[in-house]
Amino acid sequence: MSEAVATAEQIHGHDDHPAHLQHHFVTSDQQFEASKMGMWLFLITEILLFSGMFVAYTVYRVWHPEVFQGVSSLLDWRLGGLNTIVLLASSFTVAMSIHFAQKNNQKGLVINLVITLLCACIFLVVKYFEYTGKFSHGIFPGIAYHPHGDYAVYDIPYAGQFFSIYYIMTGIHGFHVLVGIGVFIWITIRAIKGDFTSAYYTPVELTGLYWHLVDIIWIFLFPLLYLI
Amino acid sequence: MSATQTVGTESGRSVSAPVNYLNHDKSIKGWLYTVDHKRIGLMYLATVSIAFLVAGLLALAVRTELFSQGRTIMDADTYNQFFSLHGIMMVFLFIIPSIPAALGNFVMPIQIGAKDVAFPRLNLASYYIFVIGGVLAVTGILVGQIDTGWTFYTPYSSRLGAPVLFLTSAVFIAGFSSILTGLNFIVTIHKMRAPGLTWNRLPLFVWSIYATSIVQVLATPVIGITMVLLFMEKALQIGIFDPALGGDPVLFQHFFWFYSHPAVYIMILPAFGIISDLIGTFSRHEVQGYKFVALSSVAIAFLGFLVWGHHMFVSGQSVVSSIIFSLLTYLIGIPTGVKVLNWVGTMYKGSISLQTPMLYALSFLILFTIGGLTGVMLGVLSVDVHLHDTYFVVAHFHYVMMGGTVIAALGGLHYWWPKMTGKMYNETNGRIAAVLIFIGFNVTFFTQFIMGSKGMPRRYYDYLPEFEIYHMISTIGSFLLAIGLFMAAGGLIASFWRGKKATSNPWKSLTLEWTHTTSPPDPHNFHHTPIVTRGPYDYHLAPEIFGEPGGDGAVVSAQPDTDPVQQ
Repeated sequence: MSEAVATAEQIHGHDDHPAHLQHHFVTSDQQFEASKMGMWLFLITEILLFSGMFVAYTVYRVWHPEVFQGVSSLLDWRLGGLNTIVLLASSFTVAMSIHFAQKNNQKGLVINLVITLLCACIFLVVKYFEYTGKFSHGIFPGIAYHPHGDYAVYDIPYAGQFFSIYYIMTGIHGFHVLVGIGVFIWITIRAIKGDFTSAYYTPVELTGLYWHLVDIIWIFLFPLLYLI
Repeated sequence: MSATQTVGTESGRSVSAPVNYLNHDKSIKGWLYTVDHKRIGLMYLATVSIAFLVAGLLALAVRTELFSQGRTIMDADTYNQFFSLHGIMMVFLFIIPSIPAALGNFVMPIQIGAKDVAFPRLNLASYYIFVIGGVLAVTGILVGQIDTGWTFYTPYSSRLGAPVLFLTSAVFIAGFSSILTGLNFIVTIHKMRAPGLTWNRLPLFVWSIYATSIVQVLATPVIGITMVLLFMEKALQIGIFDPALGGDPVLFQHFFWFYSHPAVYIMILPAFGIISDLIGTFSRHEVQGYKFVALSSVAIAFLGFLVWGHHMFVSGQSVVSSIIFSLLTYLIGIPTGVKVLNWVGTMYKGSISLQTPMLYALSFLILFTIGGLTGVMLGVLSVDVHLHDTYFVVAHFHYVMMGGTVIAALGGLHYWWPKMTGKMYNETNGRIAAVLIFIGFNVTFFTQFIMGSKGMPRRYYDYLPEFEIYHMISTIGSFLLAIGLFMAAGGLIASFWRGKKATSNPWKSLTLEWTHTTSPPDPHNFHHTPIVTRGPYDYHLAPEIFGEPGGDGAVVSAQPDTDPVQQ
């Protein structure tokens, strides 16, 4: 028996575990590595989720390049650019918060998390003004697309498709920002309570990864929709 | 020997029943809030069994309607809804979660020597997300007519009423469950293996679950976004898929098959894993070409992403892409052939015992080979143009899905049943059921190959007189098949009351769930983390370790003081 299937001598101790270590992991390192790998896999699924919309965008752009070029000028690149800067800044602060967690700097961690949270809110506020501005001119997705007043000249075939894609892509992205805000509130409260130390900061790291992805997707959305 | 063992355990252990995952907390809460992968696996098993029962009864109703020409038991609209619901429920609520989420959840963590999956709470969440998806699907069915088939082709689907909103949400949500399970399993297999359990020592079931999980994680998000777009198409008329709004229905087909072709590998890959385990165990022979069998799963997972266009040969896609898709489809035959040859090679000079699980494995070999080869035929561009949308396709699909996946799932269920429940089922009943299922299946579906090649189109409510004889034979076969399935289910369920108590290793298998856990296992699976020093199918070593076939080696013939199970 023993030469074929040996059995571990030591019984698993349940006494000397750190508080954050779940019972089915052997070490904190194993738990951290597993969580991080899980997050990366989740990010891959996110990219694939958006990839469907990028394909739809590409297909319709290739079929109707002049329409897409024409009506994309209705989007305000200044507001989009502002949001890009806001998101880039928040990516920096979330990276800093991980850095401070690793250094056991409680204050730096909380401050950076709060700034990130504020940036996410600013992003959505700007998006809100963009959306309502469009709605007031009758610029809706799909069949409801009926620009009026000064914008009536943009009422051309397939312009509705552009705005369908615009609203769905930015809408789903905005939903991710909203989820991010929720997670940041939770993480910040835990950080204030002092849950995170250099020994355990997995949630901060994982939220950071998620937030970078949200940022990266916007980096692609901004030029595709606003600039070209 | 095993008889005395059983009597001894029955009288001896029932007094002070050892703690196991079933009896340590019997409250309802203990089940509903459990994070134990074994309990979650059983909950999945119960749920998908209900889906299988309902969808199976729908199939019987469809077959009964087709028994004779014209109206037999239902009108054409009802018929359309019935076959649609049969397809939707079987695919999304039964086959996709059946092996990975039910058997995979139960077996895989134990096979790799882990106490649980990497994210137990996420695992429970996946289950409830799946249930919500199922409830939404059933709601959609109740509020209105779904007669799109399981493929939801636009523009027909996007012009239907409210039920489409329900069903697209249902598929989207059930998809999340699939993604999270796949993600959980990949991390578990990477990070939670017991010391010494290298990649080359993984049981092949684990390899196949790993390949399946990769497909789940990479393909499912695409059906997710497709469902979102279809939902929006219906809700806001965004004009992406409906030509009347300026959209393109072929784009929907591309999106749909980009998921749904890989999805058939989500359905079949775990079956390959079960068959490898079964054939190795019941031939008492090392699985031939272990590395090839393991890596061919990964190869199939990879190639599966490149062939979706073979569903669309007649959709109007370009001829060049059709030719490329056709060629790529042939390639899938190679890793699949590697597997079949190695399974046959494993049995060669093996010591084969024809117990129920092995009967299912042999059925699988025959049925899947037929299903696989007809799949290659359908992948041939010029042939497919003629066979497209005929019963030939229906027969092929059922040979791989029912004859492949469901047969393998039944084999796996019988194989792991003693471990899951601690009870042995009635072997005679199990064998008769297995044979009956095999016969019933072939009578049902082989006739469909014949009528398909003669031009009987799929999904039709009525047909020409010359097809009637085939439809009659097929319907009779489907009832035989149903009797077999009910017998198998009855035998398993009866074991709760009548079954002998299972020993820890009734099949004398060499994988960890048999050698290192009791039946049923401890709530934490293992008392000690196992250390693995050999491969999963080293049956050439088995006689020295476990004694001759037939008894329960791990309990009886090992020296009591080194036996890990009884400590």
